[in-house]
Amino acid sequence: MNTTLLNKTRTINTFLYKKVNMLVNLRNESSSNTKRTTIDKPNVEKFTKILQEWWDPNGPIKALHAMNLVRVPFVRDGLIQCAQNERNIKPLKDKKLLDVGCGGGILSEALSKLGAEVTGIDANKELVQLAQYHSNMNDELNLKPKYQYTTIEDHSKDFSNYYDGVVASEVIEHIKDKELFVKSCLQALKPEGRIFFTTPTRSRLCKIFGIWIAEYVMNAIPKGTHQYDMLMTPIELTFLLERNNCHVEIINGLVYNPCTNKWDLIRSQQLLFALQAVKLE
Amino acid sequence: MLPMSSSVRRFLLTKAKTYVRTVTTSKPATSFDDDQIKQNYDIIIAGGGMVGCTLACAIGKNSLLSHLKVLLLEGSPQQKYEFKPEYSNRVVALNQNTKSLMNSLEIWQHIEKARVQPVRHMQVWDASSNALISFNSADIMDDDVAYIVENDLLLHAVNKELTSPDLKNVNIVYGAKISGYELSKHEALTRNLIKMNNGDTYSCKLLIGADGANSAVRNAMGVQYLSWNYDHMGVVATLHLAEETENTTAWQRWLPTGPVALLPLDSKRSSLVWSTTVDHAKQLLQLPEEQFVDALNDALWKQYPHSSAVEACTSWFGSCLKSIGLPDGAERQLPPSVKSIVSASRAAFPLGFGHSTRYVAPGVALVGDAAHRVHPLAGQGVNLGFGDVKDLTEFLADAIYTGLDITHHSWLERYESSRQRHNVPTQIAVDALYRLYTVDLPPVVLVRSLGTQLTNALQPIKKLIMSHATT
Repeated sequence: MNTTLLNKTRTINTFLYKKVNMLVNLRNESSSNTKRTTIDKPNVEKFTKILQEWWDPNGPIKALHAMNLVRVPFVRDGLIQCAQNERNIKPLKDKKLLDVGCGGGILSEALSKLGAEVTGIDANKELVQLAQYHSNMNDELNLKPKYQYTTIEDHSKDFSNYYDGVVASEVIEHIKDKELFVKSCLQALKPEGRIFFTTPTRSRLCKIFGIWIAEYVMNAIPKGTHQYDMLMTPIELTFLLERNNCHVEIINGLVYNPCTNKWDLIRSQQLLFALQAVKLE
Repeated sequence: MLPMSSSVRRFLLTKAKTYVRTVTTSKPATSFDDDQIKQNYDIIIAGGGMVGCTLACAIGKNSLLSHLKVLLLEGSPQQKYEFKPEYSNRVVALNQNTKSLMNSLEIWQHIEKARVQPVRHMQVWDASSNALISFNSADIMDDDVAYIVENDLLLHAVNKELTSPDLKNVNIVYGAKISGYELSKHEALTRNLIKMNNGDTYSCKLLIGADGANSAVRNAMGVQYLSWNYDHMGVVATLHLAEETENTTAWQRWLPTGPVALLPLDSKRSSLVWSTTVDHAKQLLQLPEEQFVDALNDALWKQYPHSSAVEACTSWFGSCLKSIGLPDGAERQLPPSVKSIVSASRAAFPLGFGHSTRYVAPGVALVGDAAHRVHPLAGQGVNLGFGDVKDLTEFLADAIYTGLDITHHSWLERYESSRQRHNVPTQIAVDALYRLYTVDLPPVVLVRSLGTQLTNALQPIKKLIMSHATT
C-alpha cells in the first residue's frame, strides 16, 4: 500500500522534474541578464507550484510526509535515549547523519530540525536540486542539510567511518546489488553507529496490497514499477547485516492507512518493516 | 552543482520564497491588519481557573516547551489569597494522579505547607436498602484514596509557582474581557486571533480553551456539545462535627433525592456536598442554621422505608457471600453527626453533564470543564481536567521532540483520543450511577443493591474501580 504511494510519488517526481528542468533551462538562456524585470512571473509561479505540491503535507505525496511521524521518532530513539525531564529541543545535536536516497529532502529536513548535521545523497540529480531549493527557502530551518548528487559507493569512499547514523528509508527495494549497497552504507558508518532501514516486505500480503491492488486494480501507480523479486524479507536483511559485522537491534512492522493517512508501528512485519542495527567494532 | 549561474539561482530563490510566502500565509479575507495585533504568542490559554493556571505552569516548566511564549487570559481581576482559619466551602478531592502532577510541578509542597486532608476510607451506602460499599486505602492501594483541598488554596499554590521568577515565558493578563475569537481554518499554518473588549487583539498559533463549562472557545470552534442538566443543585457548606475523630473517611449516602456527601477537612470539620432537587436545595439554603443541621443529620441518619422483598433478597445474598468467605457488607461504620455549620458557608450550584464531541480543531484545544462536565458524586470533575493538562503537555512536548510544530494536527488528535478514551467512560459511569441511584422503584433498588454487595465483596473489581478513578 505505502509502496504504492511511494512509487506514485516517484512518478510524480519525474513529471515535476521535467518541469523544473524546463524552467531551469529557461533561466539559463536568460542568464546573461540577471535583472529582476526579465523574469516573467508565470514561470516563476509554476516553479513555486511544483515546490508546493512536493512540500504540501496534504498534497500528492502526503504519505511520505505522514511517514515522518513514525520514522523520525524511530531514528531519533535509535540514536539517543533520553529521560522525559532531560529532553531538549535539539536531541540530535552534533550527530552526523547520512540520508541515503534523500529524494526531495522530506526526511533530511525533519532530521535537521532535531539538530542533526544531515547529509542527503541521491542518484537523481533533479531530486537533489529540489531538495536544495526547498531547504534554502525554509526559514524555519536553522541548520540546513547538505545535499549531494552522488551514489553511496562513491560517497562512502570519501566519508569512511564518518557518520553516527545512516538512514535508508524506502530505498533498498530499488537496489539490485543489495550486498554492495549495505556494505557501502556500513563503510560510511562509525563503529557503534546505528543504521536504519524502512522497506516493504517480500510477502504475499505485500504482493496483493502493495503491487496487485495498487498497480493493477486502483491504477494508483504505473504498472510494473515495483518488482516483487527486488523486495526483501526482514530475515534476509538481518542476515545480510549480521554477515557484515552488524548486530540487528530492533525490527518493527509498519502499516499505512490510506484513509486516515497515518502510519503505525505494529508487530506484524508482513507489509513493511523498519529495522535498526548497530555496527560492531 | 546546479546548472545555472549563482545569481539567477539566488534570484529565483528569492522570487520563489516570496511566492511561497504569499500562498501559504494567505489568510481568510478578514478585516484586521497587522498593526492592530498587540502581541503574537505561541500559546494563549483562555481561562485562568485551576486547570488553566496549572496548564500554564506545566507548559512553563517543561524543558521542551519553555522556549514558547505563553499568555494566560483570566477574566476576573487578580485576587489576593489570604489564609483564613476557617475553611472555604468549595473544596475538591484530588486523586493520586493529580497529586503526582502537582508534585512534579512543585505545587504540592505549598498545599502541604498550608492544609490538606487525606481520605483513607470511603463508605457509600444506600438509604433505600442495606447495601453498602466501602473502600479502604490500605487494602486496595498503598496510598491514600484522595486528598481534600480547598479550591482557592489550590489556585493560590498554582499561582505561587506560576508567578515565580524562574518561570519567564508565561505572561498573565487579569481582568481580560474577550469579545471574540477568529480561529484559523487551515491545519498547516495556524493563526488564531483573540479580540478583547478594550480593542486589543492577540494572535497565537495554539489557542487552549480552559474557560469552563460555558466555554466561548468551544462555541467558536463550532463543535457539537452534548449536555443536559440534572435539575439538581449541589448544596455546599462547612460543617463542625459533634465529635473529634481521626476523620479520614469520606461518607456518601444515597437518598432518593440524590447523594449527600461529607468530605473530611480536619479532625473536627468536614465539607458538605449535598446534591438534591432544585426546590429542596433552595429550601435548604433558606432554613435557619439549626434547622439546616437537623435536616442534614436526618439525611445522614434517618431510616428510610425499605421494601421488604429487597430486604429479604439482600440479606439472603449477604449470607451467601458470607458462607463462601466474602465480606457480606454488614460491617457498617457509623457516619459522624453534625453539630453546627460555619455561618454563611452555605451555597448552591447547578449540576449538569456536558461532552464536547471534539476536543481539538486546527490550532485549538480544549481542557477541563470546557471539554467535559460531570456530576460531582464521584469527585472526578477536576481530576479529569488535570489529566487533560498532563496529557496535553506531554503531547505538545513530544511534538517538539519529534521536530514538529506544537499545532501539528496528528499530535492534537492524539491528545483528543487519549483523553476521550479516559474521560468519556468515566463520564458515562458517573451518569449511570446517578441515574441508577435516583430511582426508588423496588426492582431497581434490588438490582443496584445486589450489584453493590457483589462489587463490595470482590476485591479485584474494587481495585479496578479505584485504579480507573485515580488515573
